[in-house]
Amino acid sequence: MIELLQEYWPLLIQAGLMTIKLTVITLPFAVILGLFACLCGLTKYFKFINTIYLNIIRGTPVLVQVYVVYFGIPSFIKDVFNVPFKFTAITAGVITLSLNAGAYLSEIFRGGIQAVNKGQMEAARSLGLPYHKAMTKVILPQAFRIVIPSIVNQFIITLKDTSIISVIGLTELTFQGKQIVATTYKAFAVWIIIGALYFIIIYLLTKLSKYIERRVSIDKGKSK
Amino acid sequence: MIKVRVNNLQKKFGSLEVLKDINLEVHEGEVVCLIGPSGSGKSTFLRCINKLENPSGGSIIVDDNEITDKKININKVRENVGMVFQQFNLFPNLTVQKNITMAPVELKKMGKDEADKKAIELLTRVGLADKKDSYPSQLSGGQQQRVAIVRALAMNPDLMLFDEPTSALDPEMVGEVLDVMKDLAKQKMTMIVVTHEMGFAREVADRVLFMDGGYIVEEGTPEQIFGNPKNPRTVSFLNKVL
Repeated sequence: MIELLQEYWPLLIQAGLMTIKLTVITLPFAVILGLFACLCGLTKYFKFINTIYLNIIRGTPVLVQVYVVYFGIPSFIKDVFNVPFKFTAITAGVITLSLNAGAYLSEIFRGGIQAVNKGQMEAARSLGLPYHKAMTKVILPQAFRIVIPSIVNQFIITLKDTSIISVIGLTELTFQGKQIVATTYKAFAVWIIIGALYFIIIYLLTKLSKYIERRVSIDKGKSK
Repeated sequence: MIKVRVNNLQKKFGSLEVLKDINLEVHEGEVVCLIGPSGSGKSTFLRCINKLENPSGGSIIVDDNEITDKKININKVRENVGMVFQQFNLFPNLTVQKNITMAPVELKKMGKDEADKKAIELLTRVGLADKKDSYPSQLSGGQQQRVAIVRALAMNPDLMLFDEPTSALDPEMVGEVLDVMKDLAKQKMTMIVVTHEMGFAREVADRVLFMDGGYIVEEGTPEQIFGNPKNPRTVSFLNKVL
């Protein structure tokens, strides 16, 4: 295992950075998509957008989604518009994972908003605040704090889902692992190393989230 | 001058008729206490007055604003109608002072400095000036409720609605909240109070309404209602609670 690490550490670091890069680019898009879908879900007229989006994403595997984005869409565009079109692997990865995480985040956000005590909205409205002000000043700050652990959880899932993107040839950790196994035949050692690398990245992310959670605890008085 | 006028108010939740036919006039400076068994519609009625519940029928006029009219900007009406809840409903993520100043500043009723000054002044009146930088969770129930009253008062309302303000409090804290309310009554604030505190109703109310089954069954001065109730349902209710 030591020799493996000695020989392959530059490739492994590179692949690890690709995994992190893919995750980090995906997250902001996912959050924006999730918030948008969540707010659509709270309205009367745009609720259908939320419903359709959620059902499609939840009802299909990530693997199929990435095939649709990477192979399906370009082929469709080629057939219909007769122009050659291709996503890079990383673009297809970001699109797939953003769409995927966005759907789950929208449910997380909805849960957070609903978890804020009903009395908070009533108190804000009774003071004369319009709905959107009550939402932005009173409800969302509280909802955000409630959902931080769930958001972090979703981020971790997304990070792990990046391994699926290896199927379209993006050189992230899992893909690199397959390559190294193919040349060395040392499956056990390689996959243990790859697993450990995922574990380390996620462990650090969890630590960071615990720190953030403490900083923005909902009942400020109690955290002091 | 008449502050609140309620005509034939009805409220249904699905097929459940909570308010059947409520009629009431509240004059400026008057303190009206609503008493009655649970489920009689007291709180629902109170919540209709600032439209936290949407009436199913009839009309409510607050300060010449027909709030059941869809064209009325209900937010403007609510700015002048303070409400105090059983569960306080302070904003847990804001300090006491921010709880109080948030609405007046956001709604541009006051500048930040003016709102801060007003908050301190009101907090001093209820004996909590030293708590201005605390968070709600650091206060006792009685203190939280006093802050909630101050939060409503910071908007300079001319009508205050109290929805069982002492029901969630430990017994030894009831007095401090009632004292603040008595003080308000003395300053001629118009108040509608849903309460189970018969002592308070007897002492402070100008008029007591007994509600049961979605109707105001009996109304009168505290002396009439507590001393000489006419309706058998009022009699039986008072026998149970007094």
